[in-house]
Amino acid sequence: MRTRTPIRDTEGESNLFARRVFVAIAIITAVFMLLIGNLYHLQVEEHTELQTRSNDNRIKLLPLAPNRGLIYDRNGVLLAENIPIFSLDVIPEEIDDLDQTIAELQQILTIDDDDLEQFRRNLKGQRRFNNVTLLDNLNEQQVATFATHQHRFPGVSIEARLVRHYPYDDLLTHVVGYVAKINRRDVERLKQDGELANYAASRTIGKLGIEKYYESELHGEVGYQRVEVNNRGRAVRTLSTEAPTPGQDVVLELDIELQKKATEILGDRRGSIILMDAKTGGLLAMASTPSYNANWFVNGISVKRYQSLLRSKDSPLLNRATQGGYPPASTIKPHIGLLGLEEGTITPTSRIWDPGWFEIKGVDRRYRDWLSWGHGWVNINSAIAESCDTFYYDLALKLGVDKISGFMTQFGFGEKTGIDIHEEIPALMPSRGWKRARYNQPWYAGETLSVGIGQSYWTATPMQLIAATAAIANEGEQVIPRLLRGFGNITDLDPAEPGYKRPVVISDNNHWQVIKDAMQDVNMGAKGSARRAFEDAPYSSAGKTGTAQVVNLGEDEEYVAEEIAEQYRDNAMYVGYAPADDPQVVIAVAMENVIGGGGSVAAPAAREMLDSWYQRYQLVTDEGLANADD
Amino acid sequence: MLTTEERQRNPLLKKLHIDGPLLLGLLALAVISLFVIYSAGGENEDLVMRQVIRIGAAFVGMFILAQLPPRFFEKFSPILYGIGLLLLVAVLLVGEVGKGAQRWLDIGPVTIQPSELMKLAVPMMLAWFINRRAIPPRLGRLLLAVGLVLAPVLLIAKQPDLGTSLLVASAGIFVIFLAGLSWRLIAVAAALVGAFAPVLWLYLMHDYQRQRVLTFLNPERDPLGAGYHIIQSKIAIGSGGIDGKGWLQGTQSQLEFLPERHTDFIFSVFSEEFGLTGVVLLLALYGFVIMRGLIISLRAQDIFSKLLGGALTLTFFVYVFVNIGMVSGLLPVVGVPLPLISYGGTSMVTILAGFGILMSIATHHRLIINQ
Repeated sequence: MRTRTPIRDTEGESNLFARRVFVAIAIITAVFMLLIGNLYHLQVEEHTELQTRSNDNRIKLLPLAPNRGLIYDRNGVLLAENIPIFSLDVIPEEIDDLDQTIAELQQILTIDDDDLEQFRRNLKGQRRFNNVTLLDNLNEQQVATFATHQHRFPGVSIEARLVRHYPYDDLLTHVVGYVAKINRRDVERLKQDGELANYAASRTIGKLGIEKYYESELHGEVGYQRVEVNNRGRAVRTLSTEAPTPGQDVVLELDIELQKKATEILGDRRGSIILMDAKTGGLLAMASTPSYNANWFVNGISVKRYQSLLRSKDSPLLNRATQGGYPPASTIKPHIGLLGLEEGTITPTSRIWDPGWFEIKGVDRRYRDWLSWGHGWVNINSAIAESCDTFYYDLALKLGVDKISGFMTQFGFGEKTGIDIHEEIPALMPSRGWKRARYNQPWYAGETLSVGIGQSYWTATPMQLIAATAAIANEGEQVIPRLLRGFGNITDLDPAEPGYKRPVVISDNNHWQVIKDAMQDVNMGAKGSARRAFEDAPYSSAGKTGTAQVVNLGEDEEYVAEEIAEQYRDNAMYVGYAPADDPQVVIAVAMENVIGGGGSVAAPAAREMLDSWYQRYQLVTDEGLANADD
Repeated sequence: MLTTEERQRNPLLKKLHIDGPLLLGLLALAVISLFVIYSAGGENEDLVMRQVIRIGAAFVGMFILAQLPPRFFEKFSPILYGIGLLLLVAVLLVGEVGKGAQRWLDIGPVTIQPSELMKLAVPMMLAWFINRRAIPPRLGRLLLAVGLVLAPVLLIAKQPDLGTSLLVASAGIFVIFLAGLSWRLIAVAAALVGAFAPVLWLYLMHDYQRQRVLTFLNPERDPLGAGYHIIQSKIAIGSGGIDGKGWLQGTQSQLEFLPERHTDFIFSVFSEEFGLTGVVLLLALYGFVIMRGLIISLRAQDIFSKLLGGALTLTFFVYVFVNIGMVSGLLPVVGVPLPLISYGGTSMVTILAGFGILMSIATHHRLIINQ
């Protein structure tokens, strides 16, 4: 039995309860103060930081790609443009069953395995982009087909964007180059240059030629759209837009008609033709054949097609104008002649007897002239005009290879010309020191003879030859070949300034005229090696032919082009300028493995080019040129 | 004296057994709830309509309970407690599993959550039990009282439902506290809890519960996982600043960075949109309701009513404290809604039932005196 208190002290118990309630009120007040203190801390003291984090949460910057600058020729003809293309894009987040959707899409559009593979790869790699392209380059038919079924495919849409297009296909690939998808190496380089952010929205980048060299001007500045996103990263609305700055337009010195002409002249031969403004170095034409279609690379070239380009024995990927290392052959005779005059080894009138061959004392070998019965008495003028080898064997031996090498380096041989594309080789100007370093072998006198007629180890690109020819035309002033005419609109051009290299300075300026007279006789003299090509030309001109042996013939072997395999036939070279007395335009021609030589193949090609230039820029009447053709 | 004045002032309310100030406070909270749910739910009117129906039903329940005299609750207490305990055992044996915990009991047409019932039954039982003798209770009865609290609390914790067991435990403990538990014993209990904590940590807590505590201590250690909720919640609250971003303008909630926006984390939505100003006003409103509850308990004429009214009011306070504490990073995340604001029916019904009892206490005591 429990003890009960019969009468409870109600008032005492109420007071006890009341005291406890007051304690509770005190605790509650303290707790509320704590809560408010903490909220004050968050909402006032940490407000700025948390506000920032809230904005970081919700505001994303969507990059906007700038429109790439266009490329024009000197007369305003569009060489590289941006055209809209349509792609079928998928937003994976908005699709429940991706495989099902793709299967249904395949019923109305052709989506092959390559597309699917590419799509799956993009799906993995690029999560930050909301849209993933499933099918690129849709034609109008496909766009229309999808449009009628669009309601069945939420999360799938047709997106339009601008892509690069080269209307001249393969005509300008070695000049303008192309853009292609940005790859990992590009990303690394952009990161190093601190340019990666500027490419946030760009899909392509210049990979070759002008597109690569002037990438920073052509690309423009990325723009941004500030968008509000939800917790799944989906854009809900646009807050503000900072428009991208389009890239600058590029105007080239090139004349598309002359470029077409040069390519047409080369035909299906391998070679290069360059036409350059003698005063500014502006390149009016720069052809290299064979070429390939630049548009193949813009959206990604197929492995098969790329392999066939790589393996082709015609090397279409090689830019022969700047990467083709040819023996310059007789085209450098004017330069060596100038050196001979400078050194006093020869005078304008000194002469030698050419029996058709040359012998080094103590060496039992005859070095043959191309004219087997010999030129007879030759001086510097006739040696250049008729391209006498024996004269140059003698001169070269007297000068020695190192003097020749040193002087030729002043003309830019063995060095890049500095033309505004990256695809250029320095080729090779040999010397004793070079041979020792390269082969650890001494230099032989016979090799000096070969150097004297632009062969042996000596190689030069057509671009080096045209620059060195311009240096003679301009009597020592060396203008750097250049494709760029200027940036901006064709009618409001910001013109590029010509670039110059250190001039070639000689002691007696009359020697220039001696050499130039001889070069004029090549084209216009009675026995000039290019006289047939320039017969009756309505303008004066000067030049030098060259025929390079690709194989060394034995002492007594006879060379008959038709009887030997194509790849062993001679290369035909020609350099020249016009008019002879006030050079305006310079030309270089290189043709590989032709039947014939510099005089019979390369010089007529140069004549045709110069005719076209006169027609377009010097107001020579068609009649005048027609008469000349007779 | 004051009650006479009140009766004279509001004879109609008195007749309806409604406490005017309390009703006003509760209605204000309910209205705020609808506005915040509209915003948190992405302007979903259906959601608001469902909440309106729930609030209506819960208020009706409150009015019905207010009509019953406190003596009825006293008599009914042991039976309710007994039923509740049986149901809790039943839940563990045959309960419905939802969200990884057994909480619901399917009886015919309805499913019930016995743990909610215990939020009322435990303080009622404790008040009844302690009121059998004079207060403060002696040690022996105290131990029995603790047993009465622990039995349902452990059963609920086993479901597991940490939030509810915490609320049920505090409801019971508040009765003991208000009954005048000596401070010395309180100190001893606190020491025991302190000693028990490592045991709890090492042997009794589930892994996910330990995880929650760790995340609570440093949310940034797992910003994309468990810490994500609390980080986003703090960003929401803090970015609200003093004036808030404005109703329907809270980016954290509208853009769905906040988890559980219309239920447990609704306070973060409110803070983001109404700022510190709104928060202080809301806490003032809660403070007003709590103070009114305590005044009613102080004025109650019998110890049972005092203990029960006081415990129910303090439990309401615990709701507020735990919820706001957890969303603002002061407490670990346990599933406790913001009372009367969070979307959801069950807790709303239980809380308003508690206030129904308080109204009964507020409006029936005159009769006892008259006897």
